[in-house]
Amino acid sequence: MRSVVVAAAVAALAFGVAQAQDGMRTGPTAPDLAEGKAVFAKWCAPCHAPNPGLAGTFALQHKYDGKVPAALENRTDLQPALVAYFVRNGVAWMPPFRPTEISDAQLAALNAYLTAPLDQRGAPAELLAEEMVQLRSEGQ
Amino acid sequence: MVTPNTMTEADFADGLGEMRSIVGSEWVFDQPADLNTYRDFYSVLWGEPEEKLASAAIAPASVEEVQAIVRAAGERNMPLYPISTGRNLGYGGSAPVLSGSVVLDLKRMNRVLEVNEANCSCLVEPGVSYFDMYRHLQESGSKLWLDVPDPGWGSLIGNAMDSGGGYTASGYRGHWEAVCGVEAVMADGEVLRTGMGALPGSETWQQYRMGIGPCLDGLFRQSTLGVVTKMGFYLFPQPEAHLSASVSVYRYEDLDELVEILNELEYGNVFNGMPGVGSPVLSQESPIAMAIVPEPDEMNRMVRETGLAAWRASFNFYGPEKVIAAQWEHVRDRFAHFEGVTYHAEEPVRFPLTQAQLEKVQKPRYGIPSLEIFTVGSQGFGKFNPSDGHIWFSAVIPRSGKGVIEANRVMRQACKERGLELFMLAPAVTCWTRSFVLFAAVPVYKEVEKNRHLRQSIKEIIALCGEHGWGEYRCPPAFMDAVMDAYSFSDHKLRRVNEQIKDALDPKGILSAGRYGVWPKHLREGRGA
Repeated sequence: MRSVVVAAAVAALAFGVAQAQDGMRTGPTAPDLAEGKAVFAKWCAPCHAPNPGLAGTFALQHKYDGKVPAALENRTDLQPALVAYFVRNGVAWMPPFRPTEISDAQLAALNAYLTAPLDQRGAPAELLAEEMVQLRSEGQ
Repeated sequence: MVTPNTMTEADFADGLGEMRSIVGSEWVFDQPADLNTYRDFYSVLWGEPEEKLASAAIAPASVEEVQAIVRAAGERNMPLYPISTGRNLGYGGSAPVLSGSVVLDLKRMNRVLEVNEANCSCLVEPGVSYFDMYRHLQESGSKLWLDVPDPGWGSLIGNAMDSGGGYTASGYRGHWEAVCGVEAVMADGEVLRTGMGALPGSETWQQYRMGIGPCLDGLFRQSTLGVVTKMGFYLFPQPEAHLSASVSVYRYEDLDELVEILNELEYGNVFNGMPGVGSPVLSQESPIAMAIVPEPDEMNRMVRETGLAAWRASFNFYGPEKVIAAQWEHVRDRFAHFEGVTYHAEEPVRFPLTQAQLEKVQKPRYGIPSLEIFTVGSQGFGKFNPSDGHIWFSAVIPRSGKGVIEANRVMRQACKERGLELFMLAPAVTCWTRSFVLFAAVPVYKEVEKNRHLRQSIKEIIALCGEHGWGEYRCPPAFMDAVMDAYSFSDHKLRRVNEQIKDALDPKGILSAGRYGVWPKHLREGRGA
């Protein structure tokens, strides 16, 4: 049980960090970044959204210990070659993504989004379930 | 570069040229950087000469293109290995079983062809993921639920064909059992539709599964016999409410009767959600990995000292709130005679979910796809010791208390003797309403020596389980021959009949060679080696 408590404590720490950074980003996304944001939402957000319990966000919080934001979308130090490397080669439990999933053109758009100035990126990409629950509640 | 061992380099190059004329050159991949993305990222053969690698990949966009590819491959003896979304991680991912095969990547065939609200069914292509289908249902305002496995990026078709499962109501959570209607391109390039799909103009393809004569759907489960291009599924009409509850008992000796009553309640349709059988007192180290079951006196002592239950059966109910409350009352009545029994019930959840509820619930129980399960891996379950992946060991065991205890002890002891870590051990997973499966998740590292030991160990454990009468229902490619070997009744008649069917339907052996231990004639001797 001890290890679970440690994990919960780490998660709680990460939660504080991610929340603070998340709060910095609101508003619309620059139109020319929309495609890259959509690629991020579909392929990356399920593990890398600001929620500290998600696999990618949790791992990066632990790896960098808060020196850089745990949520990829809030990073300002990413280089296109680095993003492309991880997308096409994977790391730890994250497998590579095939060109039939993320095409080279979509990868370029993703890179444009992840390397754009923060104020142009707008609010973080939504997780699919949150977007859909929101959609259904608006329709009622 | 790997090339098919059935082809000369010149024929292979000529074949890829033909494939480019069919799908367009941008959808034929033969460069190392692209092919790297088709490797099985959790392979137990990673980086070794025996690693199972694709020689190329072709991504068609239509049934007609699949037919043309299969015909062209047949003319050249080019081995093809179809994948749907290629996310069967822990069971092979997007890599072929026969190294040098050309992966037929169906991800671009991603259309939801029909959702029939009145019939509560759908018809989809193989590239449709659970995420895609969920979005489609929600955006169209559907009243229907999707049953999803833990990782939501998988294919409805691919997951069903490999007998994957989810968590919602019976009839839906065994994904192969929810199939109604298959369309497949056969090795001769012709298109077969099963069930009522064989009757032109029928409106009942997604209503009656069997049609006439032998039910041929089974040809496409874990098989080498066709490229499935469409599949129909039954979908679950959104229930009014869900109730999650549990019954805890406090003696080692209670398990047999606990399971007997649980079985009777499930077979009698008193509950419809996925049940569970676990041991709180044996899950103190990790909530997802049961420790070895000790002798009765020791276990009863642990129960007294910790106050934790020896065994816990969990129940899930989907339906009208009043009905499921009455069903839960009946379940409680059936266990009332156990000494010291305790009950727990969560607040019933009504649908649709609100944003606040969404954050609290385990999403697959409500048919909502996510990738949250991967957090288990990135954390190394609390110790932050992330591996490079995992493989699943999934043996069908007897559906009884005795079966649970025996499977637990044999697996725990076998892993201990071989120094294998387990980050998940659940001897009673219950996707299917009539069986228990022993699930074990074994971490994989990209280290050759560790993997050699792991492979040898798993093969020994497969044989050991076979001696107990337990066979795996699904496995990674490195173990398919060993698992099929265990199903040996009547001098391996099961495999031999599969081979006869293979020879009749795919005489040149171009499709999915080696999948689940069935090899085409020309590779049968060496099993593809």
